[in-house]
Amino acid sequence: MEILLAIMIAVLTSCGIYLILRLRTFPVVVGLTLLSYAVNLFLFAMGRLTLNAPAVIGATDHYSDPLPQALVLTAIVIGFAMTAFLMALALRAWGEFGNDHVDGTAMPDDGDDRR
Amino acid sequence: MSVLFAIVLLPLVAALLPRLVQSMGRPTVAIVTALPVLLALLLLLGTAPSVLVDGELLQAAVPWLPQAGLVLAFRLDGLAWLFALLILGIGLLVIVYGHYYLDKSDSGGRFFSLLLLFMSAMLGVVCSDNLLLLVVFWELTSISSFLLIGYWSGQAAARKGARMALTLTGAGGLALLAGVILIGQTVGSYDLGTVLASGELIRSDALYPLMLVLVLLGVFTKSAQFPFHFWLPHAMSAPTPVSAYLHSATMVKAGVFLLARFYPALAGTDLWFVLVSSIGLVTLLLGAWMALFRHDLKGLLAYSTISHLGLITLLFGLSTRLAAVAAVFHVINHATFKASLFMAAGIIDHETGTRDIRKLGGLRRYLPHTMALATVASMAMAGVPLLNGFLSKEMFFAEAADTPLYGSLNWLVPALATIAGMLSVAYSLRFIHDVFFGPVPAALAAHAPHEPRRLMRVPVEILVMLCLAVGVFPAVVVGPLLAAAATATLGGELPEYSLAIWHGFNVPLLMSLLALTGGVAIYVWRAPLFALQRRWPRPHAPAIFEQAVQLLVAGAGRFVRFVDNGALQRYVSWLMLPVALIMLAAIASRPDWLGEHALTPVDGLSILATIVAVLAALATVVLRRQRLVALLMISVVGLIVSLAFLRLSAPDLALTQLSVEVVTVLLLMLAMYFLPNRGVIESTWWDRSRDLFLSLSIGVGVGLLALFAMTHPGATISTFFIDNSIPGGGGANVVNVILVDFRGFDTLGEITVLAIAAAGIYALLENLGLCLPIYDSEGRPWAKDRSPLVLQMISRAVLPIALLVAMYILVRGHNMPGGGFIAGLITAVALVLQYVASGVHWVHARVPHNYHPLVAFGVLLAALTGLASLPLGYPFLTSTFEYIYWPVVGKFELASAMLFDLGVYITVVGATLLILARLGKLSVAEQEESN
Repeated sequence: MEILLAIMIAVLTSCGIYLILRLRTFPVVVGLTLLSYAVNLFLFAMGRLTLNAPAVIGATDHYSDPLPQALVLTAIVIGFAMTAFLMALALRAWGEFGNDHVDGTAMPDDGDDRR
Repeated sequence: MSVLFAIVLLPLVAALLPRLVQSMGRPTVAIVTALPVLLALLLLLGTAPSVLVDGELLQAAVPWLPQAGLVLAFRLDGLAWLFALLILGIGLLVIVYGHYYLDKSDSGGRFFSLLLLFMSAMLGVVCSDNLLLLVVFWELTSISSFLLIGYWSGQAAARKGARMALTLTGAGGLALLAGVILIGQTVGSYDLGTVLASGELIRSDALYPLMLVLVLLGVFTKSAQFPFHFWLPHAMSAPTPVSAYLHSATMVKAGVFLLARFYPALAGTDLWFVLVSSIGLVTLLLGAWMALFRHDLKGLLAYSTISHLGLITLLFGLSTRLAAVAAVFHVINHATFKASLFMAAGIIDHETGTRDIRKLGGLRRYLPHTMALATVASMAMAGVPLLNGFLSKEMFFAEAADTPLYGSLNWLVPALATIAGMLSVAYSLRFIHDVFFGPVPAALAAHAPHEPRRLMRVPVEILVMLCLAVGVFPAVVVGPLLAAAATATLGGELPEYSLAIWHGFNVPLLMSLLALTGGVAIYVWRAPLFALQRRWPRPHAPAIFEQAVQLLVAGAGRFVRFVDNGALQRYVSWLMLPVALIMLAAIASRPDWLGEHALTPVDGLSILATIVAVLAALATVVLRRQRLVALLMISVVGLIVSLAFLRLSAPDLALTQLSVEVVTVLLLMLAMYFLPNRGVIESTWWDRSRDLFLSLSIGVGVGLLALFAMTHPGATISTFFIDNSIPGGGGANVVNVILVDFRGFDTLGEITVLAIAAAGIYALLENLGLCLPIYDSEGRPWAKDRSPLVLQMISRAVLPIALLVAMYILVRGHNMPGGGFIAGLITAVALVLQYVASGVHWVHARVPHNYHPLVAFGVLLAALTGLASLPLGYPFLTSTFEYIYWPVVGKFELASAMLFDLGVYITVVGATLLILARLGKLSVAEQEESN
């Protein structure tokens, strides 16, 4: 199971970073989402993997590590807020400059994109 | 020794006054400026008996930054006393003179404030008893002189001159700082007394040449020595009182002061002799030569100053004790006659409106008094007997004639000294004869200049009197002062010397006579020399300097544009590169990625899910231009991530991920709707391979890192949380107890961030003039139909159930998977579903949709819950819980942490809806506009 999760983290990280390095805002937003998944899984993995042992007292005789779970739980919500913020930024740039380039500068060659 | 502090700091404190009383008239400003200086001068004179007669060393110190060796320490020995006298005495005269010199339109307050600031800085330099403190004041003189030179900031020449002076003296100051730190490190103390006593140690140090060169760089830039001399003539765009003060008596003397100050510590080596004497000699000759050809009165005086500073430097370089005495003596003499000459030049400029020698002549008719004063001062400058300049020049000639150190070329120094003397006589003669004698130019005659106000001449008169007094009665007037200053310079016994006018017929007298007759001859037959000089190839130093500065600025600009070119993609890849390299290095160095920790058993379903997730992630990247497909793919990934959480015993995470998944997809759909899709490849092949390298190496690195961590045993602090969850937090769901209790402060921070993000997004989208896309990227028109009726109906039916579930999850969160975050997300999803199905208007007509107060209320509730523990004497966010028995439900737990969780719940609901409703409304508002 550890190897599977490691593969998943590796693939998600790679895909996320590749998309974040694109020039247009939409793929960057998507890439950030992918990277968030990867980071959350990575943080979660730091608590080691346990099967059938949720951290609820009394449910089982041993428990998974609750601390990374608590951290990841808030990270998921913050990650959503961050993605949304980036998205708002992208929209603002699109509205201000008439292009969806990540640099956020007015570029004359993109003028025809505005309708 | 508070007297010392008073002397140095009085002008500094008083520097505030002139500006404050500016509105009270010019005389008040001048008086307010002069009084503290007068007071400081009296205080200084009061110390004369102990310092000059008894040879005492006055010291005072207050620690400033003792850890760095910086002490606010002052000393008053003979040398410091002499310079302090020059600074305060001539300063006082300059204040009087400046009051009459300044125009009504000039800001007297600013001028005198800066002058006092400069005065205090100079006093600090000469009285410092700590090397670092000395550098501090040294830099302060550079800055305040920059402001004074650029006083008429409206003139381009003033700005340029000020900038040049600051660049050179500032750079020299940095070199000096480096030199001083080296010295301090070698000696082990920045205390001046200790350093001066450690001459042997410093000179024998391997780094001595470096220290010496660094200190000399500071000296030579400040004292305008070749090749840094060119800033001084350009600083002449300063008001004349400033030139008289800074460029004759004080600022430029700071350099030679440093030579005197460090004489016991640094002098006495061959390197010192070669460097200091040769630079001094070159400057002496060059300055005198250039001075002869200046047409600007102040320019002439500036080059003459350069030449005289070269003379003093040369004397220090000659390294004999007598030469050092002569140098100190010439410092006094030069200050008196040059300050009076600058003032005379200022009077001429003030009364005639020009400083150009070619436009002046015959002024003896209009300015007889000024002529008399200027003539005496010029004769002192030329070294005519019975004046002070003669005495120190005699001593200089004597030392030059005795120099045995240039070997077979030992005739060279006296010969060159005599030539410099001739040139000095010639330009002094020119200053007087061309200005006061000869025919009166017509323009001048029409103007008929007259003598200035009586009081404006008084400072000049005092200085000229001093020239005479020293020249006639040297031993009485200046003897004790010179002896004290020279003793302090040499740091020991004084050599035998006599301050007499007549020493009999000897070599120096012969040289003096040669200089006088030769100088007159040069002046009389100057025409061919001027012709020669015009053809002389002159490197235009200011132009070279300006070019160098421009080059530097352009280079810096190019560098900045290269590094900071605004390409976000490049910044990010530069950030990623070190990460990738570290990852690769780590992969290469650690072979034990798979540790001994027993692996968790694998099942087929997990393998399948992993394969699907990997494929979906890859598909997201590959098919990113077909955006709807990419969106579906990413939601598949998100779903599998939440399943993974579930499988790996993290039900809370699974629930959170699942609900976030819904809102994320919704968000991305809105992004897809608004943002354009060009569907073409824009990046270059090189860019894409770079990105591939970066993403692959980081991805593999992170994966291996995770594998390493998961397969190696690690210590955890979670046993504490598990053990204390029920006794301490009153909840069985440890994850939730951590969130709302153990790490409640963290959570409070997180929901605050969430609230800020929501507010930020709201602000970003305010007044956004976004055009509504009519077609998608494939050219198909976006549908304007309402959502299907079936969806509307189902969503309405789902809402109460969803809210009920959310409540249940919120309440049970403390003991079973659930809690504020999850419940909040579920509520938000249920409400967002209404937006999707029925439209913004429909929802807003039925639901209170002002989400800002909701977000604020949530954060506030959580914070107040935390604060509630304070009045009870417990730390912030301490929780309590109680079990109560309800008739039907049975045993029920009430924990204060649940109230906190309610705050979290409200914040999450508010923030999520604020974000999504704002984005969704954007499209509606646009639609209405386009309709």
